[in-house]
Amino acid sequence: MYSKGLKPLSLATVVTLATAMALVFFYAPLDADQGFVQKIFYVHVPMAIVALCGFVAGGVMAIRHLRSGDPSWDMRAYVAIHLSIILGVGVLVTGSIWAKASWGHWWVWDEPVLVSFLVVFLLYCVYYPLRFSIEDPERQARYASVFAIAAGAFVPLNFVAVRLAEAYTHPRVLSQTGGSLPGDMRLTFLVSLLAMALLFVTLWKLELTAKHASMELKKLRRKLNARVAA
Amino acid sequence: MPALPLDEAGKYVAGAYVVFVTLIVIYVAILGAKIARIDREISELAAEDEE
Repeated sequence: MYSKGLKPLSLATVVTLATAMALVFFYAPLDADQGFVQKIFYVHVPMAIVALCGFVAGGVMAIRHLRSGDPSWDMRAYVAIHLSIILGVGVLVTGSIWAKASWGHWWVWDEPVLVSFLVVFLLYCVYYPLRFSIEDPERQARYASVFAIAAGAFVPLNFVAVRLAEAYTHPRVLSQTGGSLPGDMRLTFLVSLLAMALLFVTLWKLELTAKHASMELKKLRRKLNARVAA
Repeated sequence: MPALPLDEAGKYVAGAYVVFVTLIVIYVAILGAKIARIDREISELAAEDEE
């Protein structure tokens, strides 16, 4: 069911990731201001964008769950949020490393981009205790979906709030007018973003496949036990 | 702050990429172990069914 197309997708992910790494280290020029440290940008920013999109996607899947009542949408939303939280850990750690290299501090509390991402991350950390504190599976799925929708709506709002506070944030490198990213750096960034998005989709499908197989196995075991008992 | 020299910047860049790779490897390893367990349970179930 979920494993359809997983092999070519995995292959495309590996090829795109390898291409992205080659572009980062052999094609993209050194940044005039930050030098070699700017290479962190190509892993940190795509990871942040994909994690935030994953949170929003989780909210959209949760809407589909509430509308259709189909538990498979809840499972899809859960896996998307779960993966985004893992990427979120990566974003916070790589961001911290970048901050130390660029600003001399591991964390800067007056930096709205960093702090707003931390707020989103901590908000989603609540998802697990909320979900697993409810025993009834139907109620668990329903409550988790409501949370995923509310939190998913908060993500773009948070993004807009940070953009509105632009005067206080670090320079915008990507914008509709082209930003300040030169062509070769932009290409490298876009390939890195594509690689990260493909990685997310591949791992999402892989985890869904494993979860689905596990559920089917439990069903089979129950059927077999009932047959033996009869 | 001025740009760090290459030898000093290298450890930060390596650190960031190692964090990313480590996260993915740990995630895939956990998923791999889960799939291996499912595979084992399917074999056990098949054997039970044959008995």
